[in-house]
Amino acid sequence: MGAITVSSESDPRAPKALTVTELSRLLRETLRSNPLLSRVLVRGELADVSRTPNGHRFFTLRDEGAQIPCALFREAGEGLGFEPEDGMEVLASGDVELFARRGEVQLVVRALTPAGIGAFWASFQRTRRTLEAEGLLDAARKRPLPPFPRRIGLVTSEAGAVLHDVVTILRRRFPLAAVVLSPATVQGPEAAASLRDALLRVQDRADLVILARGGGSLEDLAAFNEEGLARAIAACPVPVVSAVGHETDVTIADFVADVRAATPSAAAELVSPDAHELSAQVASFGAALTDSARTVLRERRTGLAAAGHRLSPRSFLRDLQAARERLARGGADLLDTAHRRLKEGRDAVASLAGRLDAVSPFATLRRGYAIAERADGGLVTRIEDTSPGDGILVRLQDGRLHVHVESKEEDP
Amino acid sequence: MTEPKSFEDALAALEAKVEELARGDVPLDRALAAFEEGLALYRTCHEMLDRAEQRVTKLVAATDGLKEEPFPVP
Repeated sequence: MGAITVSSESDPRAPKALTVTELSRLLRETLRSNPLLSRVLVRGELADVSRTPNGHRFFTLRDEGAQIPCALFREAGEGLGFEPEDGMEVLASGDVELFARRGEVQLVVRALTPAGIGAFWASFQRTRRTLEAEGLLDAARKRPLPPFPRRIGLVTSEAGAVLHDVVTILRRRFPLAAVVLSPATVQGPEAAASLRDALLRVQDRADLVILARGGGSLEDLAAFNEEGLARAIAACPVPVVSAVGHETDVTIADFVADVRAATPSAAAELVSPDAHELSAQVASFGAALTDSARTVLRERRTGLAAAGHRLSPRSFLRDLQAARERLARGGADLLDTAHRRLKEGRDAVASLAGRLDAVSPFATLRRGYAIAERADGGLVTRIEDTSPGDGILVRLQDGRLHVHVESKEEDP
Repeated sequence: MTEPKSFEDALAALEAKVEELARGDVPLDRALAAFEEGLALYRTCHEMLDRAEQRVTKLVAATDGLKEEPFPVP
């Protein structure tokens, strides 16, 4: 291996020497341009954990065969929910970068969660105790849900069944409410920060927020146990409904939320009134309105009569009443009299007719008598009323005889 | 009477009219007016329920902050 000849600036054929800064930059660009090295997820054990006064943390992540230096800057380390300690098993997510000043490749950690069931429960209990001590889990803090939400914020994964289930139920029950989806990553080390950001984005645009995720393993749901997310829920200006996993899954988010729903579907039911029930309520109000209007009108009518009573002088009213009664009675009398008179008249006519009939000369004829009349219509009642040679008319019960008078003879 | 903006407002206003009428101590002309207003609110409520179509939007980052985009969900 020969010595490297360093060219002078004037010789373009000789290889050009890089400055250290240039090499460092080249390395950094190489690391950055490799997609496999950005947003890597690493599992390992913590060692050499240190914390600077301004809140950054530095540690080493290692396993049996290797180790890599890591930096967790203050912003990413806020609301971590646990204190990283040596020997702890963790999941770290971040980007591989070159720390130029020291010439070290390091992992810049964006999110960190404890791994392993023991660490999980220890962290869970620690977070819960912290929040409890601050009063963030108090029942008095729980806010009621708006009865008729106009805008429902939904923090969940853009893809997946949860969004579909929630939207379908809301569409059926209460389509009047608009749904504002604030998409979030719901799994992995970055989920907690993603959920927190999504909640912050939507909280001023909705009457309430549903924080939802489908079922999964303890590790899958880990983000919902993160302290930073819990604090964001507590600080949310509108009520938050947590709906994480299945009914048996309990997360820190459930403790701090205003309402815990067993499942995302249950959350959708909880936040929405039933449009069919509302329809019935509207109908009953309509019926009550009509009933009341009818009652008012009836009462007014009665009231008018009562007012009339109050206004009239007593005596006048009495007179009026008496007159009315007289009129009623008089009318009846009149009618009775008329009936009676009519009947009497009828009877009288009948009896009169009977008497008339009895005295009628024609009735006499039926008994064998006859009536003799002169030609001039005068009755022949005496013999002197006629002379021999006269023609007279003799009326019998069934007709008349034209009779010639031959002679006359006076009764002795 | 101003047109109510939300279903909640319309329903509350309708209920108020029902209660006003049920009290029965309002003058007749006021009672009739309350009845007519109540009837209009009743129709508004029904129409709101019948015509409601769910809107789903998605929050997306825009140059000047956030905006809401229609987000169809089958």
